[in-house]
Amino acid sequence: MAENIQVPTMAQFMAEGKAPEVLFWVGCMGSFDDRAKKVTKAFVRLLNRANVEFAVLGTEESCTGDPAKRAGNEFLYQMQAAGNIEVLNGYEIKKIVTTCPHCFNIMKNEYPGLGGNFEVMHHTTFLKSLLDEGRLTVEGGKFKGKRITFHDPCYLGRGNDIYEAPRDLLRKLEVELVEMKRCKKDAMCCGAGGAQMFKEPEPGKEDVNVARTEQAMEVKPEVIAAGCPFCNTMMTDGVKAKDQEKNIEVMDVAEMIANAEDL
Amino acid sequence: MQILAQIAFILALAIGIGIFVRNIRRMIRNINLGREIDRNDNPGERWGKMAKIALGQYKMVRRPVSGIIHVIVYLGFIIINIEVLEIIIDGIFGTHRIFAFAGVTYGFLIGAFEILALLVLVGVIIFWIRRNVLNIYRFRARELTSWPKNDANYILYFEMVLMTLFLVMNAADYQLQLNGANHYAMVGGEIAGAFPVSGWLLPLFDGLTDSTLIIIERTAWWLHILGILFFLNYLYYSKHLHILLAFPNVYFSKIKPKAEFDNIDAVTKEVKLMMDPDADPFATPAETEAEGEEGEPEKFGASDVFDLNRVQLLNAYTCTECGRCTDQCPANNTGKLLSPRKIMMDTRDRLEEVGANINKNGKFVDDGKQLLDDYILREELWACTTCQMCIEACPVGIDPLSIIVEMRRYLMMEQSAGPADLNNAMTNIENNGAPWPYNQMDRLNWANEN
Repeated sequence: MAENIQVPTMAQFMAEGKAPEVLFWVGCMGSFDDRAKKVTKAFVRLLNRANVEFAVLGTEESCTGDPAKRAGNEFLYQMQAAGNIEVLNGYEIKKIVTTCPHCFNIMKNEYPGLGGNFEVMHHTTFLKSLLDEGRLTVEGGKFKGKRITFHDPCYLGRGNDIYEAPRDLLRKLEVELVEMKRCKKDAMCCGAGGAQMFKEPEPGKEDVNVARTEQAMEVKPEVIAAGCPFCNTMMTDGVKAKDQEKNIEVMDVAEMIANAEDL
Repeated sequence: MQILAQIAFILALAIGIGIFVRNIRRMIRNINLGREIDRNDNPGERWGKMAKIALGQYKMVRRPVSGIIHVIVYLGFIIINIEVLEIIIDGIFGTHRIFAFAGVTYGFLIGAFEILALLVLVGVIIFWIRRNVLNIYRFRARELTSWPKNDANYILYFEMVLMTLFLVMNAADYQLQLNGANHYAMVGGEIAGAFPVSGWLLPLFDGLTDSTLIIIERTAWWLHILGILFFLNYLYYSKHLHILLAFPNVYFSKIKPKAEFDNIDAVTKEVKLMMDPDADPFATPAETEAEGEEGEPEKFGASDVFDLNRVQLLNAYTCTECGRCTDQCPANNTGKLLSPRKIMMDTRDRLEEVGANINKNGKFVDDGKQLLDDYILREELWACTTCQMCIEACPVGIDPLSIIVEMRRYLMMEQSAGPADLNNAMTNIENNGAPWPYNQMDRLNWANEN
């Protein structure tokens, strides 16, 4: 389905002398990872549908520096941050939305100290605000009544105390929301944070993503809802490792909303 | 005779408190070995957090069994200390139950102390069973052997003995009052205090003479107060220091979002310099002066306790090794070597080693050791997912993650000693703005793919 999605860039807006309502920060996963790209496109479809005037940086976007910062390479992080802040300030960006909690956290909390002051929102919070403003309507559709559990991303939940926006969206989908034993403040990490995504795990008895998937399986969900491209990958791999692909899907909340009505 | 006892008491009190003050001063000196950090912002919020988490035990009860028993022991400890005040006054002036003039109120207080003492005794026994009989992971983890394990049990034994002495002392006192013994009985024959718990012990004293009862009462009284003075001095050597440090530790804990790490200012300066087209790369002297205090370039990250900040060192002294952090750490849960509790224990052990070195030599003499490798292994540091669960789990606001990150910074920036695959990701970010070797020019390709 070659749906027509409109993805204008900041450069285009600039050329027309206009400013978008919000900048969509796609992130590295959202730009390059096959699974995460689907989430990116689903989110864009929702933005298009809600008539949100947004733009992306496209080829002017670069890694926020999150993996570098968490790994301890402060120098590389600050180099990345300085470059990004220069671009963002150059375009006079005020408001940013992103589908990645790591990009969200670093730009919201750590960029201000380096001269980058933006209103930064995670896409679930942004979608929730679109709903509240009546610009977007969400109905149960094909997820109505399905058993769903939400896996809290560390950098959204514990890291920034956002627990309800993604859950509110799921409730709008009229799903049967079930919580894992370890949820919200106590949610267990998927295993990808702190730059673990880019290295082999240390020796141990189990992989973190498999352990987390086992916890999710305890509540017998049909879908594990995610709000982070890293979590999405880790949980998808976990589901595969447990041979549960036929029973459990891993989907981003934005994807679920878009797919509920076959957008 | 009475005056000798008073002198002995005052001496014991002075020595007990004197050694305690010396140890606390050493501890403060050791904490000040760390880097300065400003955590005096938002005092209102900090006081509130301290009231809620330290005083109010808000996080303790998130685990109801250990939490509620802890609240009982904690309340017992604080409230029974009002009685210690009376014991000290009686000891100094040779009086008997100086607060007894309060009549019914006094009876109510002593009665309440007795009930609390019994509850504490029961609570401490349950704690002992949890630690030694039940198979609870956080009490049998790798780092909780030898001294840490014994330390925990010593504290419990101590509290059992102190509570028992308190009740025996009260029982003997009560019997002496009933007997109308000189110095014990009140004028008019009223009973000073109420003894709802120790009253049950009276049958044990059947047939004992007043002089024997006085020996029992005095022995229990002395052992009780000397025990408290000993315990006070045991704190510094024990994980039990949290009863004092939990309060300042929560006050100075991080109030920013947990996922927000600090930016290193020295790096910001260097990055600005690198990006400034007008900067003269040879104008180094002025720059180095601005960076380090003594003209030395600042060291990035931490390889030893001197490189950590003072709040991190306070954290190390505050840790009571409960293991709630480790119990919920995803790395530890999946069998990795990392345990956030061990990070804190190692930091304190190394800091104490440095402190002992200073006590001995007058100043720190290089001992060829450091926190990294000699205490905390690289394998532990690299296993962390920075999920902040350890910060969330800690009932007294300790931040083990900040130490892990500070040590990673040292490995990455001073030693270039990151894991190979991680270094590849770093190189990719540097070269093409993504952790993988994709071209930045392809960043928008997704928009045109199906």
